[in-house]
Formats: sequence, structure tokens, C-alpha cells
Amino acid sequence: MSDIGIFVSVVLTVISAATPLLFAATGELVAEKSGVLNLGVEGMMLVGAVTGFAVTTVSGSATLGIVCAALAAGGMALLFGFITLTLLANQVATGLALTLFGVGLSSVVGQSFVGTPVDALPKLAVPGLAAIPVLGPILFEHDALIYLSVIMVAAVAWFLYRTRAGLVLRAVGDSHEAAHAIGHPVIRVRYLAVLFGGAMAGLGGAFLSLSYTPMWGENMTAGRGWIALALVVFATWRPARVLLGAYLFGGVTILQLHAQGVGIEIPSQVLSMLPYLVTILVLVLISRDQAKVRLNAPACIGKVFHPST
Amino acid sequence: MTETVPLLSMRAICKRFPGVLANSNVNLDVMHGSIHALLGENGAGKSTLVKIIYGVLHPDSGEMRWQGSPARVSSPSDARKLGVGMVFQHFSLFEALTVTENIALGLDAAPDLQALRTRIVQVAEDYGLPLDPDRHVYTLSVGERQRIEIVRCLLQKPSLLIMDEPTSVLTPQEAEKLFATLRRLAGEGCAVLYISHKLYEIQALCDTATIMRGGEVVAACDPRNESAHSLAELMIGEELKPPVRRESAAGDTVRLSVRGLNKPSLDQFGVSLHDVSLDVMAGEIVGIAGVAGNGQSELLDVLSGEVPQAEADTVVVCGTPCGHMSAGERRSLSMAYVPEERLGHGAVPDMSLIDNLLLSGYRTHKLVRNGVVDYDGARTQARKVVDSFDVRTPGVEANAGSLSGGNLQKFIVGREVCQTPQVLIVAQPTWGVDAGAAAAIHQALIDLAGTGTAVLMISQDLDEILAISDRVAVISAGRLSSPRPRAEANAGELGLLMAGKRAEPAAAHEHAS
Repeated sequence: MSDIGIFVSVVLTVISAATPLLFAATGELVAEKSGVLNLGVEGMMLVGAVTGFAVTTVSGSATLGIVCAALAAGGMALLFGFITLTLLANQVATGLALTLFGVGLSSVVGQSFVGTPVDALPKLAVPGLAAIPVLGPILFEHDALIYLSVIMVAAVAWFLYRTRAGLVLRAVGDSHEAAHAIGHPVIRVRYLAVLFGGAMAGLGGAFLSLSYTPMWGENMTAGRGWIALALVVFATWRPARVLLGAYLFGGVTILQLHAQGVGIEIPSQVLSMLPYLVTILVLVLISRDQAKVRLNAPACIGKVFHPST
Repeated sequence: MTETVPLLSMRAICKRFPGVLANSNVNLDVMHGSIHALLGENGAGKSTLVKIIYGVLHPDSGEMRWQGSPARVSSPSDARKLGVGMVFQHFSLFEALTVTENIALGLDAAPDLQALRTRIVQVAEDYGLPLDPDRHVYTLSVGERQRIEIVRCLLQKPSLLIMDEPTSVLTPQEAEKLFATLRRLAGEGCAVLYISHKLYEIQALCDTATIMRGGEVVAACDPRNESAHSLAELMIGEELKPPVRRESAAGDTVRLSVRGLNKPSLDQFGVSLHDVSLDVMAGEIVGIAGVAGNGQSELLDVLSGEVPQAEADTVVVCGTPCGHMSAGERRSLSMAYVPEERLGHGAVPDMSLIDNLLLSGYRTHKLVRNGVVDYDGARTQARKVVDSFDVRTPGVEANAGSLSGGNLQKFIVGREVCQTPQVLIVAQPTWGVDAGAAAAIHQALIDLAGTGTAVLMISQDLDEILAISDRVAVISAGRLSSPRPRAEANAGELGLLMAGKRAEPAAAHEHAS
């Protein structure tokens, strides 16, 4: 392979590694912006991964698989919403339980699918543009989920900062009491945000089992849900920075794998730490401005809301 | 005109909260174009009643009629559709959003933000409420925040405007301007339901008054035919004692001294302090008047020790230079502090009154021994504060956040006064507090000064400043005028100083106002 060929293939693996994080983190960002901290991202991703894989294998339709993955993880989010928003349980404890539940549920459902092969999602080349050397394959020859992940980041940024519904969502996350006093439906807004977060986590999971590997294995998310959660915080709740963080994390993950392959004289454990260190370092550096953090951090995050006054 | 149908008619409204009957059989008629005062002490049920009108609360029984026909208001949005606008006492604002975004959230039709921005600037100018539409709320002072609420309501062109203490943060000139606005609105047919504790204001402005006490309507009258004194007595149901003033007890010991304090603002929206100097003697009350956002918050930060200074001798408490000390260290020098915001600053909302007492008073009352908290002692102290300041609460175990604003204010002021400090710094001591409670707080401050404490009071309420201060200074754009004896100060002149006009021709460099 030519040098350029190697470069292109490395970039493609970086994009693949970043995409599941991007889905899950963008979804969680919306939930957190509305004031709900859902620590069940890992569990919802796993349920999405196994559902997407199972439905695709059984029905033969990847599209159906992807839709069902979003619905199933959305169902998990609905459960979370019911427990925390309607029954007013603690969000942190419920989120942890949701992850544990998701791990178990996906293992049970996925038992008979372990080792089954599935066709990876087809690459959709943009006619004309994909033929451009180097840039073509990097930008215009991906499967549908990769395109969707980037579109969703832009869509979420537009929604949050350019639409009235997005303004209401941010308001609910900033002060649920004030939002309630003015007459905005706090609980309904939060349900919708949590459901969106669940569906996005499901898509991230489906990407893992249908495109990234593509196969089903127990616990195949390997902590990506937790990294997505961390990304949202370190990106100070800003969509563009989530994108940056996800790609940075994906990039360093792939590069350190290559470094290990080449046999650089650094212990592999240290190299494995790199993606985490670099991502945290970069995001901390760009969010030094406390005033900006204050503007973007949802003040009501994790707080139970009961409209009693 | 005898057969006019009231714009709003509330009939036999009852609302019960656990343990309290907040509204008992309340009747209220508001006529088109009238300015109707709703008077009553904290806990009299006024807020409950207006929240029912605005759809935030739902009555247990009773009927609401709008222009003669039964109306069901199950949400604020329903109320706004009828044409009811409300300025809340506790602001419904979002700190992380801009002024324009905040106002957009309170409007039902989704407006174009750019067009809304222009309208905000217009309305704000029309009604003399200067407001920068692009500022984020967290950078604004309490007074500026209230302007947002007022402008938000005015934009809705309501036919009934409910105003809960709207003038507490305005200079006399600005208040006059607001009154002119309200009269203009009334002239255009908009009814105003006006809650205030400033009785003379109600007399100057309102043509009808409904007085509530203990959840019931106890009287209705034309305030123009009553005296402020008789109104106050109707409201509290007993004789009102105005604060007893002695001749100034000012000694010649300087207890609090600020010297050449310069503090450039770190925040682009903050106010820089320029060469602020001030002495407060033992036994005197010095009042600092000024419109919100002229450097009061910055000055309080420095005085309280929340933002320590590099130079120790910019602030001297009882002879000890302490500019560099933290708030806790300054309390050890026998300084006490009542901040402007009650919730989250003056008190922790989710902690009990006992815990809140401990937080500021554990040093003075020696409530911690070898790292262990003496809860019995703390409970006794908290009870003492509750009893001597007549704080209405189910008990000292109640969370601070569950008290009404006025009662919590009484508790916070009482907590500091009971520590008998040598220096007391108090900001907005009677913000949103009713006449009876305000009189009690004023009396407590006067009595404290009588025992030799130096009291520094920063307030936007000019009447309060003139009522109890021995000397008065004005803060404007981060500069402090030199304090003058109260006898030589009058409201009009102070108002001009507050608006940024220099009285002394000596001050050559006039700054833009």
C-alpha cells in the first residue's frame, strides 16, 4: 500500500472509532442540557447494539435493525425517565442501575448471536465527490450511520441555539422552577430529551455491532458509554466540542494502536492511557474560561423537580 | 358606571397548604383601568392569591370570573391568553441565558429574537428601564433583573398587570417614571394589581385597596382617604410603632475603615471601584444609597471578604487591617454580614435554620468544641433568633428555603444581630419585607447601633436610608460620595447623585451617565 493509502485507511479507522462516542455523547448532551443526568448510557448502548444486531440478522434488513436499536435504547431511556421524572428517584443511582440492567439484558438477548457473522453496513459513496483523491474516500464514502452522526451534531447545535424549543430546553436545564413558573412543561421537555438521548445511545450501539466490528460480543461497548459521559462534561456541554473530543479520542486510540504495532519502546499500558489523557487535557485547556463554563453548564443537572410551589 | 362588570372577579377562593389555610373565602374585584392595591403582611395570602390568578396555583374551591364569564386558568399560559401579566417577587429568570432569551421564554408566540431585541430596547427606553438585551442574567444585579421582569410583562400588552413590589429597587425619580407609566397603562384601560409594602406609594398611586391578613380579606378601602398609619394598622391588625430613634450615638472610635479602595472589574459587565474611602464610627449607622449595578455588589464583596484584596490596609475592622482576610477571619474580628441575596448567599435553602445559624455564628457563639458541633446550643440560639425577631416558621428544624422571603430575611438579620458584632455590614435589609417586619428590622439595627456597633447599610430603598441612617453616602458608577449627616440630605438631591450627577462642582471630571 502507498503511504497515502495507509494515511487514508488510518483516517477511516479514526472516524469509525469516533462515531459511536459521537452518537452517545450528542444524545447525552441534550439530556443533560435539559437538566437530567443519565448515567445509563453504557447500558443503553449495549441494548442498542444487541437489538440492532439481532434484528438485522433475523430480518436481513439493516435499516430495520438500526431503527429497532434506537427504539429499544429509547425504551430503556423511557424506563429511566419514568423512574426519575415521574417517580422522582435519584438520577445517579437510577442511571447506574440502568447500566447494570443493560449489561445483563444484552447478554441474555445476545447469547445465541455470539459468533454469528453479519454483513457490515454498505458504504454509500457520494457520486462524483467520492472520486476525489484522498479527500473523496475520507469524506464521501461512508456508511449511513457515519454521515448521520455528523449531521446530528449540527442538527443538535442548530436546535439548541437557533430554535425556540431548544431555548426552552436550555431554560428547563438552567432553572426548572423558573421554567415552571413561566408555564413551560418541565417534565415533558425532560422526557423528550431523555428519550432522544436513549435513541442516540442506541444508534451508537448499533454502529458498533453493525459497522465497527461487525459482530456481537458481550460487553462489546467496553466503556464507551462512560467515555461519552465524560466527553459531554469536558466539552462543557457544547456540541462542536463533543465532535472535537470524540474525534480526538478516536484518533489517539487508533494512533496508539499503530504505535504499539510498530513496536515503540513505551509500555503498552501507558499507550493505552493516552486517548484518555490527551482528550481530557485538550478539553480542559480549551475550557479554562470559568465564565464560559458557567454559561454552558446546566445549573439544574441531576436535581429532582417536583412542581409543588 | 354603576353596572360595570369587573375585569376580574374572584369569589370565595380557598386554598389550603399542609398546615396552613393560605386563602380563606377570599373575594376580590378588579375593575378595568383601576390601580388596585393588595396589601398585607408576609404570609397574609397575597402571593397565594395572585399565583392563583396567574395559574401557577390552583384553588381548592372558589370561582374566577373574567369580564363576567367563568374562566378556568390552569396554567400561566392560560392566564397570559386572557391578558394577565405578572412581575414575580421571586424572579423567574434563567441565569445562563441572555436578557432577550429570558424575555422570549415568557412570551407565548415564538418571536423572532432580532425583532424582539429591538422591541425590548424600545419598551425599556419608553418606560425608563435601561436594559442591555445581550447581557447574560448572571452578570446582572437584583435591580437589573427586576427590570427584565417588568419589561417582559409590558411587552405582552396585558389588560391586567400584577406587580409584586416593583419599586423596591428604583430611585425616587425612576419610581415616579414607573408610576407615570402605570397611570398611562391604567388610562389606556389596563388594570394594575399592585402589591407593595410602601404605603405612601399605594396612596400616591392606587385608587382601590384590598387588605389581607391571615388568609382573609379584612378590609377594602380607598387608600387616598386613609393615612399611611391607618393602612399599616389595618394590615397588621394592631398598633404600629414607628422605629424609635435616639440622637446619633456616634462615638469617636472608628470601627470600620475603608481607604483608597480601587478595584478594577474582572468581569466585563462588572463595575470598577474608584478610590472608595469611608469611616464608620462606633454607634452610628451609615447608609449607602444607589441604584442597582453601580458597584454595590463589588463593594460588598470586598467588605465581606468574599473577594480579598492584596493590600491588608484597604479595609480595617476594629483597628486590624484585614483587606487580605477571608470572610471567616473577618467574622473572628467581630464583623457580621447580611448579604443581598437571601437564598444561596445569606442562607443555604436546603439546610435547617439551626444549620444556617451555625454556618455564620459558630465562632461567636462558640458552638464548636474540638471539632464537634454543639447542636443543643445551636438549637437554643436559633430559637432565640426566631423568638426575638418573630420569625414565622413551623420550627427551627424547618429548611431555610421553606420560609417566606420576609421571614427568612428576619431570620438572617436576627442571626447576625444576635451575635452583637462590633461591625455589621448589611445589604438590602428589608427587601420584600412587609411594613411590620421592616419596622422590626429597622428597630433592631438602631438598637444594635445604640450598643456601640458600627452599622454600614447598603440599600436601594432611599426611604429606608433616610429613616435610620445617621450619615448618608451615595454610590454611583463605582464612586462613593462623601457621607453627609442625614439632616443635610434630602431625597431629591440624593436621587440626582444616584443618577450619576455630581452635586459638588469640585468634581471636575464628570462621567457619562
